[in-house]
Amino acid sequence: MSLISIFFTLFFYFSVLIFITGLSYKVVQYWNTPAPLKIPIAPAPLTKSGVFLRLAKEVFLFATLFKSSKWTWLFGWSFHLALVLLFFRHLVYFWPGEIPLILLKTEPLKYAAYPLIFGLIGLLGRRVFVDRVRYISAPSDYLMLLLIILIGASGMLMTFANNHPNMLLVKNFAEGLITFQWSELPKEAIFLAHIFPVFFLIAIFPISKLLHGPGIFFAPTLNQVDDARKKRHISNWAMQKEKNTKIDLEHNQDKGN
Amino acid sequence: MSKNSIEKLPTYLAIPPLKKDSMAGKGPFKASIEIQKDLGFPGEKVDNWQQVAINKIAETKSKYRSVQVFLDSCMKCGVCTDKCHYYLGTADPKNMPVARQDLFRSVYRRHFTFAGKYFPKLVGAKDFDENMLDDWYNYFHQCSQCRRCAVFCPIGIDTAEISMAAREVMNAIGVGQKYPNQILGKINKIGNNLGMPEPALRDTLADLEEEIEEETGASVKLPLDIKNSEVLMVTPSADFFAEPHIDGLIGYAKVFHQSGVSWTLSSYASEAANFGMFIGNYDVMRQGALRIRKAALDLNVKRVVVGECGHAWRVAYSFWNTLTGLGNGGSDEYSLKLQNQLDSNYPQPQHMIEFTYDLIQRDKLSFDKSKNDHRVVTFHDSCNVARGSNMGDIENGQFILPREVIKAACNNFSDMHKSTIKSATFCCGGGGGLLTDDLIDLRIKGAKPRMHALKQSEQDNGVNTLAAICAICKSQFSKVLPNYDFDPYMIVSVHQLVSDAIILTKDSET
Repeated sequence: MSLISIFFTLFFYFSVLIFITGLSYKVVQYWNTPAPLKIPIAPAPLTKSGVFLRLAKEVFLFATLFKSSKWTWLFGWSFHLALVLLFFRHLVYFWPGEIPLILLKTEPLKYAAYPLIFGLIGLLGRRVFVDRVRYISAPSDYLMLLLIILIGASGMLMTFANNHPNMLLVKNFAEGLITFQWSELPKEAIFLAHIFPVFFLIAIFPISKLLHGPGIFFAPTLNQVDDARKKRHISNWAMQKEKNTKIDLEHNQDKGN
Repeated sequence: MSKNSIEKLPTYLAIPPLKKDSMAGKGPFKASIEIQKDLGFPGEKVDNWQQVAINKIAETKSKYRSVQVFLDSCMKCGVCTDKCHYYLGTADPKNMPVARQDLFRSVYRRHFTFAGKYFPKLVGAKDFDENMLDDWYNYFHQCSQCRRCAVFCPIGIDTAEISMAAREVMNAIGVGQKYPNQILGKINKIGNNLGMPEPALRDTLADLEEEIEEETGASVKLPLDIKNSEVLMVTPSADFFAEPHIDGLIGYAKVFHQSGVSWTLSSYASEAANFGMFIGNYDVMRQGALRIRKAALDLNVKRVVVGECGHAWRVAYSFWNTLTGLGNGGSDEYSLKLQNQLDSNYPQPQHMIEFTYDLIQRDKLSFDKSKNDHRVVTFHDSCNVARGSNMGDIENGQFILPREVIKAACNNFSDMHKSTIKSATFCCGGGGGLLTDDLIDLRIKGAKPRMHALKQSEQDNGVNTLAAICAICKSQFSKVLPNYDFDPYMIVSVHQLVSDAIILTKDSET
């Protein structure tokens, strides 16, 4: 195998390793960190199914974002939806062995690249031209958008401008990563420019703001049922504190006396 | 108080362009050594403050999932930037919710994350140095923890959680704010924020009884420390002396009088307010709440009702069950001790608005609504009630019930613009421990979005009365209304409207 193929193969595994260990670490950390108080934010659901519905509306429709800023919603939602569609479009390359029929029918999903780029340019424009958003942006905020634009643009140039790399090589390389039967990748610069930022973003997912993905599920403001009066909600550390000072509590807490 | 010129309000509130450092400064007065020590904090800034602060951040984010998740998750989409009343009123970019959080987040990233340790410039990570601490003190005391930004955040980030954590960290290194910390000392020693001892309270209540009898001819009582009453009434101590709060207290008394339910105030727990929430300290907040638990046990009451106070209702509704077992559904020995005593047919605790609303629903109260005909009333949803609690255990009950109570007592009611009420309500500008004269400039500017909506209502619907159910809102509005060319007396308690219209049964009639 050529040096460049070895590099990208190793880069892929390195990225996936960081992604899995890092993300597991963060999810376990969020899971284990108690939410000692009930802090659901209005409009707060009074039942578990209400919470489920609320989170579903947030995750699939970006309901709050829609309420907050229509333009940001349009850019953000179309970008995320396109990402999901394009993910399914790419599964066919990685699928080992016989490819299920459904994956062979994903070709039209390639047009999701347009809303992807549309959304990203919109988000970047907002970051550059709205003084408030410019103020809160760090270099990494621009960089991530530019990287995803690079992914989208290189993908579109390959797909829609007839710059296809050798598709057999692509398939063998991608499938080889899954089956551990590594093979050469196509060495066109445009293909490398397409996959490098993908692998890079996979690697930085658990150490960057991309954590908003798992984060939304752990936000107590969104995932708590508003039933504090009906059910006693108490964290382990607070319960421990209560037990340790139990006798005191039944007596006067008054420091002045 | 500085002389502030009266603001001319435009007909629509524009998002101001950034004015960097327009609110730069030293922040509010700092707490003295004695005040800090009373609460168990270091008296002065400790020598190795940076290390102590970093350790405290580590502890806080390990105890509060909100802090850990919110620090990691923000994607800087910026939709919160135009949602904060302090940003809209001051144009200082550090008053944009995300920028305020970033004061904390940049330190977190620098000291706790890979990217921040090795590529600080890239991700906007910053050292916790003296300048940063000054910014923390200044700008985390320009947040009223009203949570309006959280309503609009697509991933549920609540700046109030970060602001509370920041104040907790600052207290841990001996840098505390005078106003809330001094008040917390009083509640711990005497039982209320004013430091009003039992005899003074008893006199005040006796005077009020006389006043009501003179005015109405009915012997409406304001009982204190009466054992075995049905209801323990816990209300903000401002209700005992401040205008317009006191007229609300009279309203509660009249409602209780008509309901026939026996009730009592407690001299030991004569404060519903709990500034422990503002400084993000679980133990201090719990200590305040425990006084109420003790009073409920000692007085052997069946129900606990809370008066008109915004953050107090959030603490009572959302936190009391957690902190003290005052609620329902506890299975541990500690909470059972209280819950077995309380009447489980009623929500515990209950808001005075719920109590009155229930009586209205059951046709137990009669009103002469014409008594309020000189008013066109609008309702200011207080942030902690609107965004951190519920009433009536129905969806959006916290918006419905107060309005229904107002409408039962008044003929003319008109809401302000819908983008400024209910869950999107604007803070009065004085919540979260900022109701102090050393922050008056901030308070006036922060009130601007609410004042603007009120101005519009005045022009469009002739609104001349602003009703609220929060002691802080009432004090804040009394003070800032004149700055926007309003009558300072237009702010009233919801229960003042009730009080003015309720038809009392005289003793001779019963």
